[in-house]
Amino acid sequence: MSRARTEEQNRQKSFTRRALLLGSAKVGLLSVLGARLYYLQVVDAERYRLLAEDNRISMRLSAPRRGRIIDRNGIALAVNRQNYQVHLVAEQAQDVDQTLDALTHIIHLDSEDRVRVKRDIAARRSFVPVRVKDNLTWDQVSRIAVNSVELPGVFVEAGQSRHYPYGPTLAHIVGYVGAVSEQDLTGDPVLELPGFRIGKNGIEKVHDEELRGRAGNTQVEVNAVGRVMQQISRVEGQPGHDVELTLDMGLQNYAHQRLIGERSASAIVMDAFTGDVLSLVSVPSYDPSAFTRGLSSSDWRSLVEDPLSPLSNKAISGQYAPGSTFKMVVSLAAMEHHIGPQEEVYCPGYMDLGNHRFHCWRRGGHGRMHMRDAIKQSCDVYFYDIAKRLGIDAIASMARRMGFGQTVGIDLPSERTGLMPTEDWKLANIGERWQGGETLIQAIGQGYMLATPLQLAVMTARLVNGGKAIRPHVTRRIVGVENITEEVKEESPDLGLMPLQVKSILDAMDAVCNEQRGTAYSARIHLPGWEMGGKTGTSQVRRITASERAAGIVRNEDLPWRRRDHALFVGYAPVHNPRYVCSVVVEHGGGGGSVAAPIARDLLIETQRRDPMDAMPPSPLAGLKE
Amino acid sequence: MAGYNLSFRRAPSMSLLQKLLQVNWAIVLLICALAGVGAGMLYSAANANMDPWAERHLIRFAVLLVLLIGIALTDIRIWFRFAYPAYFITLILLVGVEFKGTVGMGAQRWIDLGVIQLQPSEVMKVTLVLALARYFHSLSLEDVRRPLYLLFPLFLVLAPAGLVLKQPDLGTAAMLVLAGGALFLLAGVRLWKFLLVAAGAGAALPVAWNFLHQYQKNRVLTFLDPSSDPLGAGYHITQSKIALGSGGVFGRGFLEGTQSHLNFLPEKQTDFIFTMLAEEFGMVGALGLIGLYLLVFIYGFAVALTSSNHFGRLLALGLTVNLFFYVFINIAMVMGLLPVVGIPLPLVSYGGTAMLTAMTSFGLILCVRVHRDISIPRRGLQGEVV
Repeated sequence: MSRARTEEQNRQKSFTRRALLLGSAKVGLLSVLGARLYYLQVVDAERYRLLAEDNRISMRLSAPRRGRIIDRNGIALAVNRQNYQVHLVAEQAQDVDQTLDALTHIIHLDSEDRVRVKRDIAARRSFVPVRVKDNLTWDQVSRIAVNSVELPGVFVEAGQSRHYPYGPTLAHIVGYVGAVSEQDLTGDPVLELPGFRIGKNGIEKVHDEELRGRAGNTQVEVNAVGRVMQQISRVEGQPGHDVELTLDMGLQNYAHQRLIGERSASAIVMDAFTGDVLSLVSVPSYDPSAFTRGLSSSDWRSLVEDPLSPLSNKAISGQYAPGSTFKMVVSLAAMEHHIGPQEEVYCPGYMDLGNHRFHCWRRGGHGRMHMRDAIKQSCDVYFYDIAKRLGIDAIASMARRMGFGQTVGIDLPSERTGLMPTEDWKLANIGERWQGGETLIQAIGQGYMLATPLQLAVMTARLVNGGKAIRPHVTRRIVGVENITEEVKEESPDLGLMPLQVKSILDAMDAVCNEQRGTAYSARIHLPGWEMGGKTGTSQVRRITASERAAGIVRNEDLPWRRRDHALFVGYAPVHNPRYVCSVVVEHGGGGGSVAAPIARDLLIETQRRDPMDAMPPSPLAGLKE
Repeated sequence: MAGYNLSFRRAPSMSLLQKLLQVNWAIVLLICALAGVGAGMLYSAANANMDPWAERHLIRFAVLLVLLIGIALTDIRIWFRFAYPAYFITLILLVGVEFKGTVGMGAQRWIDLGVIQLQPSEVMKVTLVLALARYFHSLSLEDVRRPLYLLFPLFLVLAPAGLVLKQPDLGTAAMLVLAGGALFLLAGVRLWKFLLVAAGAGAALPVAWNFLHQYQKNRVLTFLDPSSDPLGAGYHITQSKIALGSGGVFGRGFLEGTQSHLNFLPEKQTDFIFTMLAEEFGMVGALGLIGLYLLVFIYGFAVALTSSNHFGRLLALGLTVNLFFYVFINIAMVMGLLPVVGIPLPLVSYGGTAMLTAMTSFGLILCVRVHRDISIPRRGLQGEVV
């Protein structure tokens, strides 16, 4: 009992000691507060009183330099240009009209400019600078400087404007910057600067934050009416990061030139293993600089209403029935469901299902076909037959693995998903049950299905790389921040395809191009070691009626442009050690073999010649040059 | 209190009247004075309007004053009994905020209990002290010096602090750790152990930095270099200092503060209310308010030192220290001595849960005072029906 009491006493003593310790610490801390109060409210009171009474601290922001956009070899694709502007301070000018008259001798000012300047001056307080004119030449700048005595209140300010040296060739990728709209305001004060531009489309939009940088600011004292009294501090802004694209500008130029002859077409060249997009073209295009300058409403309307939709990046947002390019997917699904590549189907030129007859593109039929021949000659009946056995959902599930029916995640705005129908999809969206005949149509890439050229390229890449679900991307790295190509490589999951099955498909695609009777034989690459493999596709945009068929099918060239077939091609090269993949879609171009394949051939030859991934073996002739 | 069948060892059961007489009414008046100062400043903050803050502030205070008296009159052994359950219920609510909380000001802090919206992190500031006082009450001084016995109270502190940090609410997390540390100190944990922890924390600082949210990093960076973010928190601090300094010795007069009335001052009804007071009433007013708080703290110390049970001692002083940290951190922050963290001034700042915490704390301190003669055995209250 007494021991417990001693313990209790000890505890209380210790508590009291500690409490006093804590108490004195508190008194100490409170004295610090008191001292600080004394310092602020007595010692410095006069200074703060002045600051509060007569002056306010005001912030002046200065826009950061926007990062550049460059291609994989460092070629500048979007840069800043020094832009000289004349400003006028009414208070210093005294007689504004006289000063403007004097200025007219040096730079051209029309009556519209003068009205605007006078209106701006009237709207603001007299010491606030008003912009008179921008985009001055160096000559004009120096003449203003020389004549500064006659131009009181006039001074030249250097600003930055965005410039796109390659214009339409890159408009769909690089995008453009534009004025900040109400919805863009995030609370970042730099956005409220007059004349500030932010990314509105393409890479400029996707990586706007990295490109933008941080605003510098100057803290100034202003008096009660806002006049600057004195500069207190100045913090320089941080320029934006440069963004390096995966594009090879030489290849991009070539591809754009190659496609520009078509009315409406798109093409993608990609590295199958990293997902680096080496070239991405959509024609017709538009001039992005027009957006940076500010577009007149009539120009805007003509762009939007153009039936060839130049504003749309068709490579990622154009959606087409993939036609026969889809047959590789059906073949893969078949092999996974144990329909062997050696199984034969007889093609009499048609197949009957219910009371409907489904035709092969070749009227007389192909005879006995196994998988390789069916792909090579694009026999429709073979695929009708295996699709009937597989069912739509087995095909759709393989198609999704290969990238169809969803966005594949390219780092550009407005990528579309396409459409991969299933039984459930039809019931939910159309309200009817799936018909057996629709499975047959689906097997040859027609019907409800829609795919983007990007998805076609991705499918081909996933075949070539042996079933790695790579994500296509146009940003290679944000200089000094992150390396996207590396990240993509690490995150690509395996699709679980069987190597032998993939190999047999690639072999059939080889046959399409490099064996007689292959549908792209005439577009083959003759250069040894550079041959390509591929698959043609011709997708109908209208239904061929029975009476038309009876009267003989009209040739594409004789149809009005809008009703002609789309021409598609997917390919890879070099055929024996594949690395590069390519997809081409020519809207209403006609046959895939005759129109799209030659374009793909030229793109793949140029790609291999430039070899941006350093994947080609050294030419055997290289050593003999000297 | 009627209906309890208490068998006290030493102090006999007190009647309600006896207890009421034991309540220190001078301190209750002091608390009313603090709330009155708050109402006055809130009236000024709304440009001489009772709406939207001052009126609700007073109504809340009136309601909570009843609660405060109720807490003070409740037998201290009931608080002893309920210390752990109260703590763990609050902890569960804190976990609940993680999943179901409402996001306000960019952080998850609120939980909707149907009747009221509650910030469990605020309530935790009281229940943590209760639980720690309960725990250390049962330890002898020798036990306290054994590291193994410190594991459980460490958990009691770090679990809620971690959850609050995740919300993210750096200020409250720091408050919890400080309050916990104070109780460890009072319980008699060796001083070198504190130095060890401080050294460890210092070493871990660079690692912890990476776990901070960007806005938290910005606040610290801004504190270290106000010109690095002159538009954000740095701007607020600059404006707050101008307001404080321009108040001078006697202030600009009630309702006359230009900085606050021209909206240069941010959050003037909550975190920056002290600035407003100092601008309008000068150093005299500011020191006066600090003086009022000081009186309350001294009273808290007196209560702690005169309690005959260890639980009461720890509870009273723990809560006093807690309130002290509120006051100190808030005032130091508006003067630019500490980074900006969202900590209100007790009873003066506008805000329901913060006032609930403060009033509960005062209630418990008074409760310790009222029941100072009751002894609670170290091994707890086995067998005693409370």
